[in-house]
Amino acid sequence: MEKQAVIEFQNFSFQYYSQAEPTLHDINLKIYPGEKILIVGPSGSGKSTIGHCLNGLIPFSYQGEIKGSLKINGLETKNLDIFRLSKMVGTVLQDSDGQFVGLTAGEDIAFALENDNIPHTEMHARVGKVAEMVDMQNWLTSSPFELSGGQKQRTSLAGVMIDDVDILLFDEPLANLDPATGKTAIEIIDDIHQASQKTIVIIEHRLEDVLHRPIDRVIVLEEGRIIADMNTHDLVSSTILKETGIREPLYVTALKYAGVRVTSDTLPGHITTLNTDLSRQALTTWHKTIIKQDWRNTNPSILKMEHVYFSYDGKRQILDDISFDIREGEMVSIVGKNGAGKSTLSKLLCGFEKEDRGTIYYRGEDIKDKTIKERAEIIGLVMQNPNQMISKPMIYDEVALGLRLRNVPEDEIAERIEKVLKICGLLPFRNWPISALSYGQKKRVTIAAILVLNPKILILDEPTAGQDFRHYTEIMEFLVEINKLGITIILITHDMHLMLEYTPRAIVLAGGRIIADTAASVVLTDSQVIAEANLKETSLFHLAQLAGISDGTAFVQGFIDYERELKDR
Amino acid sequence: MTVKAKLFSYNLLDTPIHELSGLTKLICFLLLTFAVMFSYDIRVILAVMVFSFIVLKISRIKFSQIRLMVIYVLIFLVTNAVISFFFSPEEGVKIYGTRHNLVAIYGGMYITWEQIFYQVTKFFKYGSVIPLGIIFLLTTNPSEFASSLNRIKVNYKAAFAVALTLRYFPDVQREYRDISLAQQARGLDLSHKAKFKDRFKNALMIIIPLIFSTLDRIELISNAMDLRGFAKNKTRTWYTTRRMNRKDFIALAISALIFISTILISVFINHGRFYNPFI
Repeated sequence: MEKQAVIEFQNFSFQYYSQAEPTLHDINLKIYPGEKILIVGPSGSGKSTIGHCLNGLIPFSYQGEIKGSLKINGLETKNLDIFRLSKMVGTVLQDSDGQFVGLTAGEDIAFALENDNIPHTEMHARVGKVAEMVDMQNWLTSSPFELSGGQKQRTSLAGVMIDDVDILLFDEPLANLDPATGKTAIEIIDDIHQASQKTIVIIEHRLEDVLHRPIDRVIVLEEGRIIADMNTHDLVSSTILKETGIREPLYVTALKYAGVRVTSDTLPGHITTLNTDLSRQALTTWHKTIIKQDWRNTNPSILKMEHVYFSYDGKRQILDDISFDIREGEMVSIVGKNGAGKSTLSKLLCGFEKEDRGTIYYRGEDIKDKTIKERAEIIGLVMQNPNQMISKPMIYDEVALGLRLRNVPEDEIAERIEKVLKICGLLPFRNWPISALSYGQKKRVTIAAILVLNPKILILDEPTAGQDFRHYTEIMEFLVEINKLGITIILITHDMHLMLEYTPRAIVLAGGRIIADTAASVVLTDSQVIAEANLKETSLFHLAQLAGISDGTAFVQGFIDYERELKDR
Repeated sequence: MTVKAKLFSYNLLDTPIHELSGLTKLICFLLLTFAVMFSYDIRVILAVMVFSFIVLKISRIKFSQIRLMVIYVLIFLVTNAVISFFFSPEEGVKIYGTRHNLVAIYGGMYITWEQIFYQVTKFFKYGSVIPLGIIFLLTTNPSEFASSLNRIKVNYKAAFAVALTLRYFPDVQREYRDISLAQQARGLDLSHKAKFKDRFKNALMIIIPLIFSTLDRIELISNAMDLRGFAKNKTRTWYTTRRMNRKDFIALAISALIFISTILISVFINHGRFYNPFI
């Protein structure tokens, strides 16, 4: 007898009332009890919509037309309400900060019980028990401000597990986490899967990070259709990832560069299962053939911090003796876990906050007395979320804003805007309303609005957060273009791929101090720096070890050089 | 960030006032507010005001935390006083039944001692509610407050909305600050140098992005709440509730005493809501 599926889509289609086309087409999918499923797909492929259908937000909060059938535990979801569904499917949303309903961790975990009228004493007992499962028992009285990103996510997880649901749904669990915390999150999910045998569905586009632990099946979505439903080894050895614009694991890319044919019998789905018996030779040979590039920048200094100290309250030192020297035309990343002082650093540079001690130099000149407005003409800051910057309905007006506030004559404004929109690839849209743009395009508008002031240095806070591989590449290649025009770029980021591929140099902050200021390849292979800054060792390093290449750092650097060569060709 | 974000929001401190249950504080707040709202006896009002300043001191609220609110309230009270004088300059005479002219102003209008006394009383009457409100707001855990409201039969959805607003206030405040700085970097002048009309337009440049990012936040939080069964039943229970203990009853007794004394003073001494020094 066939096993009863816990989730069953049958010829399922869904169209939002606000959209002209269906978002999901003819989905047929069965998920069995205790399976651990990963759903991947580029932005707009419909993967979040599938999640919403499973947890009942569709049609409860987002309305649209449903065709076909979706059964959970044998019950047709159309006939259930979101409350009954939430007893079967527990959802951990991607933004663990925004979904923190309670004032403390304990209260947040208890939220579902409160709504079920569970008496006070029983509630506290159950919260205590679930908190132990996710190791949060000592933090129950802490407020969200006092918790780290990982702890907030564990709180959210406890908050859905408290209902003893059958299915746990994770909607982009890695989106807001630093690499080390993301890795831990995947481990926690796996541990819970092992211990409880619950069905687990993970929606995420960061494939390699999820594959840190085993996955039973991967479902690939593209344009609302399922185009693949296979195990990790088959998927990674196929061409599907490349075709759909999902980033394949870096070690797989390296194998391909080395001319190795990646087949499923070498178990390439996880780096830990990968069999390198046949590829060792090829990797070593390839590594030797790469021409070393010299990325050192010998231009004069453009931005220099010397022994800078800063504290908000006079007690806790946020920046502690920071010194670095960035040269003209460099592209540098500043990395470190939340609270390490990255954002504060950028606030000091822009003049939003004043350093307690120390000096900041722009081209050798102390900029202490420059106001926020004056500094903005040298150093432009692009915030993470474009919605935080956009204040005009039309693209042209938004970009013109900074110039109009500086009383630049309208005809000069028109000229400068045309130039900057051209650089940003937005010229055809100049008379469009901003609301018609995609997220990536909005990001460009905010960059254009800053670039139009002709800053010499651009600081971007997490420029690619939440972007799929295609948009990520688009934004980053665009920044490379700007960089080539001579603008120095400083990126504040968690993203290790970004660091590796785009910034030859990385400054690593931990506890308000600089613990490393060197090549990204060195940073991501130095276990001590990795541990202190909540980073994660790159799988390329692991691959070098498997292949018996002793200098792993050189191997990683070789990969970067090779890839840049390919792109520049 | 850390220090500034905590302005204007609940801070957990270890004081006798913080230890009281939210319900106690709500009832005490209402009792004392009713007392000063009922009485027009400046002696009673000043006494309550002194009392509330003492409580403010006990709850270790710093002036820097409340400066902004105090300034706004003062502006409001002064405007209110000026306007009410011009609308009804004879109110005091009507109430106290005597006339002691102080100065004559335009068109047979007089400033009378009665009017001044009446308006000063009113000023302190409203003024004394402010410290009470501040104490309540800054020493009450929003969730516990919601559960207290719910216990006195306020609909729990409304009660929760209040708590949620208080809960997200620091977040929105922080976001406002970030947006404002980023816009200033683009050349926005928020200082007093800008013209009034421009300042209004400039403020919009911060408010609009703030609204959009707040709307994003609201969508997220309401989804999160739906997914965990909020508003499913007619009632709900609360994780954060505090049982009433001796301290609560003492606080309630003190407040009730003040309230009753106020009524008694009105009934037996003043024979009305007004204290009349003119007869």
